[in-house]
Amino acid sequence: MANSAQADTVPAGGPSADGGGIPLAELAARHNLSVSGARPKLPAYIRQLWQRRHFIVAFANAKTRASYATARLGQVWQILTPLMNAAIYYLVFGLMLKSDKGVDNYVAFLVTGMFIFTFTQSAVLAGTRSISDQLPLIRALHFPRACLPISFTIVQLQQLMISMVVLCAIVLGTGEPLTANWLLLLPALLLQFMFNVGLSMIVARIGAEITDMKQLMPFLLRTWLYVSGVFYSIAHFAKDAPDWVRWILEANPAAVYIELARDALVESHAHVPMHTWALAVGWAFVVGVGGFLFFWQAEEKYGRG
Amino acid sequence: MADRIGDPTVVADNVHLTYRVHGASSGKGSATSAFSRLVTRKKAAGVTEVHAVRGVSFVARRGEAIGLIGRNGSGKSTLLRCIAGLLPPTGGKIYTDGQPSLLGVNAAMMNDLTGERNIVLGCLAMGMTKQQVAEHYDEIAAFSGMDNYNGKDFTRLPMRTYSSGMAARLRFSIAAAKSHDVLMIDEALATGDRDFQLRSEARIRELRKEAGTVFLVSHGMKSIRDTCERVIWLDAGKIKMDGPTEEVVAAYEKGV
Ligand SMILES: Nc1ncnc2c1ncn2[C@@H]1O[C@H](COP(=O)(O)OP(=O)(O)OP(=O)(O)O)[C@@H](O)[C@H]1O
Ligand SMILES: [Mg+2]
Repeated sequence: MANSAQADTVPAGGPSADGGGIPLAELAARHNLSVSGARPKLPAYIRQLWQRRHFIVAFANAKTRASYATARLGQVWQILTPLMNAAIYYLVFGLMLKSDKGVDNYVAFLVTGMFIFTFTQSAVLAGTRSISDQLPLIRALHFPRACLPISFTIVQLQQLMISMVVLCAIVLGTGEPLTANWLLLLPALLLQFMFNVGLSMIVARIGAEITDMKQLMPFLLRTWLYVSGVFYSIAHFAKDAPDWVRWILEANPAAVYIELARDALVESHAHVPMHTWALAVGWAFVVGVGGFLFFWQAEEKYGRG
Repeated sequence: MADRIGDPTVVADNVHLTYRVHGASSGKGSATSAFSRLVTRKKAAGVTEVHAVRGVSFVARRGEAIGLIGRNGSGKSTLLRCIAGLLPPTGGKIYTDGQPSLLGVNAAMMNDLTGERNIVLGCLAMGMTKQQVAEHYDEIAAFSGMDNYNGKDFTRLPMRTYSSGMAARLRFSIAAAKSHDVLMIDEALATGDRDFQLRSEARIRELRKEAGTVFLVSHGMKSIRDTCERVIWLDAGKIKMDGPTEEVVAAYEKGV
């Protein structure tokens, strides 16, 4: 603001006529005014975002609490929902569709896959709505909009923590031993979280620009679920397929994170090769950083219209 | 503070805004119809244009409270949304000092959350630190009156249980807790009762002393007279008159 004080010693703007005869654009430049609604530069944007870190966490906490406050059973649903999901998938894919799946411990295999996929799926669904459902807030207050998709992914992370307790109990119940390998779950989930944040920022921008996305998303996610090897083993299912088909199926980020979690929890599951970890890191960084840049590029447009 | 009374905070340079209204595209429907719309990129029939703001220029300065008056649909809200950066002007440029804040008519922020959470989250979103929020919390709750409304502590109830006036009070109190370079109030105080209007007018005067600029849209000429010394009269998207409150309001009241 030092500049505006300096500029004041020049003609002083003239108290009578607006702008005192100086062209308005020049007057604005002289007083260091910025064009309204322009997108902040990337470093400034990151700084603003960091400054709002408490907002991001507090918003996530409040949303988690509010989503259960309206239901009678309250927080119990947080445990009941994943349990009921697991039961249904076991009924359909474990008991009714008996087939050779090439899997030893099918219950642990299925439940792990389901919970890990649900983490990404719900992050994408929440991300799609994160801008379009928060328009009153966006129009009321100014803050970097990336707070919202990040915050909603943290809500899903909190949800996942509770699901993980249930998941571990189920896996132990199927007779899996508790080994040091389980610790690998932490880095795997961390990478998946990074991937989810980036992906939810991508769908947040798309959802904000194209309202039809909300209707299409469940359909896209179901397709993704079917190709991600949640109900079947990709290695077993695609053993006769050409190499490139198997390669694509295995490089699918959802399949990558699911495989890592199974490797950590299920002892009979074949150990994942090193390149799966490389893929997990790669997806996390490419989608995490790329999604952030993609979201930032439309920052000035959110809430318009 | 190098910011001085009299420095420009908002410069509007020949601003135009045209809304493009796309027929009756509701944005809802089945996945297949959504998909076909995406693929064919077909815009739902008929695009109508509404030229809401037509070449508005003015300079607003620090320490000014500017009233914005005009008939329904004259473009007041649209102009403020342009200044706030929520709508890109279709022509001309708007320059502002810092980020203007707009308080609109729909007063809710996070409806499913309690008043208490709304205060904390609102302050954090405006960029306050945790400590600043703790310092300001009691002040905001007391200013809004929500901490003891008819003997009940409404900060513990979700905001969806508030009346529209109560929601407006809370939102104004949150926004006013911080000093703004430019604060724009679009009929947000209209639903407030007498007591709150007096209090918010006092707060607006304080904000002006802190060298901010306040824009106030209202159809109540009394609150315009009480708070603003300059008034811009918009008519059909153009400035019909811009000058001292008494002159402009008198001309406006004669014209209506
Ligand atoms: N979202 C929109 N899409 C299309 N046209 C719009 C939209 N919002 C406003 N308009 C049109 O723009 C014009 C100006 O509207 P605006 O809301 O700015 O009026 P206003 O002066 O705030 O009126 P009021 O006193 O009723 O609040 C009107 O003709 C209105 O029909
Ligand atoms: Mg209006």
